[in-house]
Amino acid sequence: MEELIASVVRGLGIGSTYALIAVGFVIVYRATDVVNFAHPALMILGAYYTSWFTFTVGLPFVLAVPAAMVSVAVLAALCERIAMRPMVGEPPFAAAMVTVGVFFVLFVLAFRLIGTTVITMGDPWGLERVTVLGVRLFQVDLAKTVIALVAIGAVAAFLKRSRIGLAMRATALDQEVAMAQGVKVGRVFGLSWAIAGATAGLAGMLIGTAAGGVEPVTALVALKALPVIILGGLDSVEGTVPAGIAIGIAESLTRTYQPAYAPWLGANVDVVVPYLIMILVLMVRPYGIFGTRQVQRI
Amino acid sequence: MLAVENLEVVYEGVILVLKGVSLKVGEGQIVALLGANGAGKTTVLRAITGLLDVHRGEITQGTVTLDGAPIHHLDASATVAAGIGQVMEGRRVFAEFTVEENLRVGGHTVDRGRVAAGLERVYGLFPVLAERRGQVAGYLSGGEQQMLAIGRALMASPRYLLLDEPSLGLAPRMLGQIRELLVEINAQGTSVLLVEQNANMALSIAEHGYVLETGKVVMDGPAEALRGDKDVREFYLGLREEGAVDFRQVKHYRRRKRWLS
Ligand SMILES: Nc1ncnc2c1ncn2[C@@H]1O[C@H](COP(=O)(O)OP(=O)(O)OP(=O)(O)O)[C@@H](O)[C@H]1O
Ligand SMILES: [Mg+2]
Repeated sequence: MEELIASVVRGLGIGSTYALIAVGFVIVYRATDVVNFAHPALMILGAYYTSWFTFTVGLPFVLAVPAAMVSVAVLAALCERIAMRPMVGEPPFAAAMVTVGVFFVLFVLAFRLIGTTVITMGDPWGLERVTVLGVRLFQVDLAKTVIALVAIGAVAAFLKRSRIGLAMRATALDQEVAMAQGVKVGRVFGLSWAIAGATAGLAGMLIGTAAGGVEPVTALVALKALPVIILGGLDSVEGTVPAGIAIGIAESLTRTYQPAYAPWLGANVDVVVPYLIMILVLMVRPYGIFGTRQVQRI
Repeated sequence: MLAVENLEVVYEGVILVLKGVSLKVGEGQIVALLGANGAGKTTVLRAITGLLDVHRGEITQGTVTLDGAPIHHLDASATVAAGIGQVMEGRRVFAEFTVEENLRVGGHTVDRGRVAAGLERVYGLFPVLAERRGQVAGYLSGGEQQMLAIGRALMASPRYLLLDEPSLGLAPRMLGQIRELLVEINAQGTSVLLVEQNANMALSIAEHGYVLETGKVVMDGPAEALRGDKDVREFYLGLREEGAVDFRQVKHYRRRKRWLS
């Protein structure tokens, strides 16, 4: 029983983080109809900046994290302004290819900055455990869950309630009509990238607090957001939460029980579980399970 | 005074659509702009409101001025700020948004206090929208959606309101309502440029009218005179055969237009 609960809580932690990564994809997709393949690189840079602000600059962790988020947000907005804005009006597929280019530029940057070392975040929870209702849990799992869900909630509330958030949603629905109401859609695009950058940065920090730390190839973890998006719907911020958690828990349970119950599957099966779920969902419901609307184009 | 002078517009760098259009909307006036499918009415409005870009269109000659100041180089948000509001062809409400959210987007450029005042004004003009403020706009009837589109444009309290075929697809009774509302909005101090194919409706409330044909103003005069004009009447009675222009088939919704109803 204790093993099960611990496994589920670990699943919550990684699942919430996947959801947070997915939110960044969703926000950029809604604003521009483009799947942003540069997102994983932004995430890894978030981890780098958190580490840099903590260890090199010497900021306390609670300040290093927002500083890193702002840095990545600015970087993302710059990428949008320089590389993506000229693509406005071009087919989404062409624009998505440009994001692949941006990914490589940022990835090379991350390699330069991080090198071949493994960096750590200087987070206060480390590998400590706490006892909650008699079950011993890793603090990191709880921290990931709380931080990721609060961040997603903040983004969702911003979109739902604020004037700018409303303009962003309007732009997602009908760009021309939004323009006719006086919305500066260029700013909406930039802001979408900035928010995606900030959430990617935060997610990078959360990924970095795992036992292994972060190296440039950790960027691949961000691809776990793709199954989340498929499950949750590419245009739904709220949909990322149940989808992310479902996938996180499935992955975690597989990691806990598969070696005992299905050893013949071999090692590291948990890593492919999200993608197996994605394939299943695509076969059954191509528009996602938690998504609200149909996605028009990919 | 909103003035369009000798305007030439080209789409895709080659398709010449407006060939020197001039028209004026004086302070406090209602002016009608009439014309058949593909005449270039919507293009005139796009040129005034900075929306040509989106359609790969470009002003190659001529000017648009607001009280003498040129505005044809402004982008869409700047024309809104300059006091020009528009109700686009086909209503274009945000179907997934509630009525009130639609109106709030209309008030994007103005501060909180004026959004509240704007909501009050719009709900006063359109009580049916007040009743449905929490409802999703996609479920409103066509006439209610048209009211919402007009209300949304009013949220920024424009000095000039441009409407692109508000009568399209409305039943006669709803048409009468919209007509009266336009008169009232005008009486409250907003000048109106009314693009219509329903000439009867437009000329019954306009002071002045222009007839646009394949990118040129072929006739203009006081509404009274236009209504009496033999050519206009003949033209409006639908003696032109349908389907004379091909490009309009590209439209993504089906509709039927009549000169008189
Ligand atoms: N984006 C575009 N690219 C190329 N041609 C266009 C474009 N938009 C409009 N046109 C053409 O310009 C001409 C005028 O179109 P416009 O939409 O202004 O006419 P309209 O008078 O509003 O017609 P309708 O009554 O059908 O709305 C048409 O021949 C149309 O095919
Ligand atoms: Mg038109």
